[in-house]
Amino acid sequence: MENTPPIDPLAGLACPIPHSEYSTVLLAHGGGGKLTQQLIQKMFVSQFDNALLAPLHDGAVFTAGGARLAFSTDTYVVHPIFFPGGDIGELAVNGTVNDLAMCGAVPQYLSSAFIIEEGLPMGELWRVVLSMKSAARAAGVTLVTGDTKVVDRGKGDRLFINTSGIGVIAPGIDINPRNARPGDAIILSGPIAVHGIAIMSVREGLEFDTQIASDTAPLHDLAARILRADPGVHVMRDPTRGGIASALNEIAGSSRTGMALVEEAIPLTEDVRGACEILGLDPLYVASEGKMLAVVAGPSAQRVLSAMRSHPFGKDAAIIGKVVADHPGVVVMKSSIGGTRVVDMLSGEQLPRIC
Amino acid sequence: MKYIDEYRDRRAAESYAAAIRSAATRPWTIMEICGGQTHTIVKYGIESLLPPEITLVHGPGCPVCVTPLAIIDKAIAIASLPGVIFTSFGDMLRVPGSSKDLLTVKAERGTVRMVYSPLDAVKIAEQNPDKKVVFFGVGFETTAPANAMSVWQAKRLGLRNFSLLCSHVLVPPAMDALLSSPASTIQGFLAAGHVCTVMGYEEYLPLAQRYHVPIVVTGFEPVDILQGISMTVRQLEEGRTEVENQYARSVRREGNRAARKLLEEVFEVTDRQWRGIGTIPRSGYRLREEYAAFDAERIFDVSGISAQESPLCIAGVILQGLKKPHECSAFGSRCTPEHPLGAPMVSSEGACAAYYHYGQFRPAPAVLES
Amino acid sequence: MCLAIPGKVLQIERGTTPLMGEVSFGGIQKRICLEWIPEVTVGQYVIVHVGFAISTVDEKEALETLKLFEEIGQADEESPEG
Repeated sequence: MENTPPIDPLAGLACPIPHSEYSTVLLAHGGGGKLTQQLIQKMFVSQFDNALLAPLHDGAVFTAGGARLAFSTDTYVVHPIFFPGGDIGELAVNGTVNDLAMCGAVPQYLSSAFIIEEGLPMGELWRVVLSMKSAARAAGVTLVTGDTKVVDRGKGDRLFINTSGIGVIAPGIDINPRNARPGDAIILSGPIAVHGIAIMSVREGLEFDTQIASDTAPLHDLAARILRADPGVHVMRDPTRGGIASALNEIAGSSRTGMALVEEAIPLTEDVRGACEILGLDPLYVASEGKMLAVVAGPSAQRVLSAMRSHPFGKDAAIIGKVVADHPGVVVMKSSIGGTRVVDMLSGEQLPRIC
Repeated sequence: MKYIDEYRDRRAAESYAAAIRSAATRPWTIMEICGGQTHTIVKYGIESLLPPEITLVHGPGCPVCVTPLAIIDKAIAIASLPGVIFTSFGDMLRVPGSSKDLLTVKAERGTVRMVYSPLDAVKIAEQNPDKKVVFFGVGFETTAPANAMSVWQAKRLGLRNFSLLCSHVLVPPAMDALLSSPASTIQGFLAAGHVCTVMGYEEYLPLAQRYHVPIVVTGFEPVDILQGISMTVRQLEEGRTEVENQYARSVRREGNRAARKLLEEVFEVTDRQWRGIGTIPRSGYRLREEYAAFDAERIFDVSGISAQESPLCIAGVILQGLKKPHECSAFGSRCTPEHPLGAPMVSSEGACAAYYHYGQFRPAPAVLES
Repeated sequence: MCLAIPGKVLQIERGTTPLMGEVSFGGIQKRICLEWIPEVTVGQYVIVHVGFAISTVDEKEALETLKLFEEIGQADEESPEG
């Protein structure tokens, strides 16, 4: 399956394209797992490498004019654009708000760029805009700049939205995936896999007759509560594409620690579980949108857990495992019957199966 | 969830593991021939609960893995044609053909759509009368009735634009072929519980007698498998060679009569090629003459496709249970789920993918290419 | 092969061809083909594969199996290895 990339005779002294076994970009490259990582490393990081990009955290953190800022961007291409529990607009606002919050920042200003497919009904665009307005208000952010483009019919899957955002980080806060340490507790704010199943349930071929609503939510307030309970929190991360498995693998890789999870401790609702069982999906790899992981030093765990549980978006929070010194970079899980297995990084797209 | 959780009960699992440990007095080799069972065994680490006397081997229980390369290439050729909507279960989309897979065809602007049920493919045909809708009918006997129903339904609705690309394989002939091979080390069998839910288990009685092997029809949850292994070991220790039914909550001796009747009406038994193993006589289904109008191989001119297997892939040996995935020199290095050399690494049920994914056998990171 | 899981029959659409019904899997509902288990009643559990029910769950057999689990658990406790 080797494909030699074509050499551009006009490139002159330009760098040759990095070797890849894929001559075209696949959907799997956007899946949030190994292929996404490879694409980012080989194509983007290799060319734009700098100290601020390197951590590849949810946002970049830097000092400008004396203020410590977090800067993040997120693009939403979800299909369908309206789904149970939300729409692309709400996701776009919450997505960037959450990325900033995971850096320990108070999100303040957002930009929004729209790529609209010719033919999108005005009424639908209006619905999305109103959704964004309401989400921005709930998150305490102001939309201060934006851009609008319209593309030919057939070239844009109705609507794509990019949001970028800036937030301010209080002094003394240092949140980074590198900070996880053996002995840390891994806390999850609530049931996983809800958003991914909500989307799948309205996708053709996989329809369910029951409504599962997306869990999209702004997490800035929950994150702030965690910081008040433990200003020294090590890592915060909202697991989106690729699920908690991918997020934890990334943190384990960045911090060179191992992680040990307990399957029975991971919150999962019955209906989401049922959907995963029918489709043969592993919920650890299915996206959430209003959930977060907090990795905190052992002694702070109970305090942080109580703080999370006192918040509406954290009421089902649970400690799902701990950080260990063994098997650095690898996440393992004790299954319900007592055996242990590795929780690998997602490879490609997780597809529903019949076998 | 009811009828699932009870069979994932830790205490029951530990008790059966203990029972197996105390029952086994000498080495026994047991094969399971169902990808779903392979998946459970590796995912729950069941082999680590068994005593060293018991060796589990994984047979060709993954219909995706045994689908001949030529048929995958045919699927890709059909999917690439203009005016065709190619539909398939998710499992087949990433299986590599000679040069690409169905997902790549999708990336290159072919129309490939994933469906959960074959009836969804029929619905797509109804909704797109100007397109030719093809459904990739892969599977064992468990899926065959569903695929048969799609063709039966299409005929009943008078659809002229629906066809089935059929690659069905049957389990008992494969078991026969494996057991009759001089290289076989198999002493006991776990029969696939859902295949038997459809077909019953009468076909296994002559197999047990001819080859003197106990066969236990087994379910898919970890405690089902441990109970199935325990029943097999007990038979082996007692010198019995019977067919027993561990999965009695779903399997009846005669299977599902209505489903079998539909199979008889739509399909006929034929010789089939099993990837990595070769042709096994009377081991597959093809559409009967009355349904020729729904046979994709007849509608689309896809003869003359020959396929090139990777010389490095030892899928055949893996599928016959003669080697374990981590004993392959390409495992985890040149062959990974991101760039698989053969089907057992791509299909989530394939032994190689299961071993890789659940990680116990991956080579140390230093060995992997960056 | 093969991914098939138990679900509870909530509703049967009598008179449809093929026979269809609504089945619940832990709260999530899907329309499933019941053509091969025409004797099924609402409230029964069925085993479902790719949108088709391939058997009804035999409650009696299920309970028997669970009873065996109990017995093996007790035998395990009583044995010297236990």
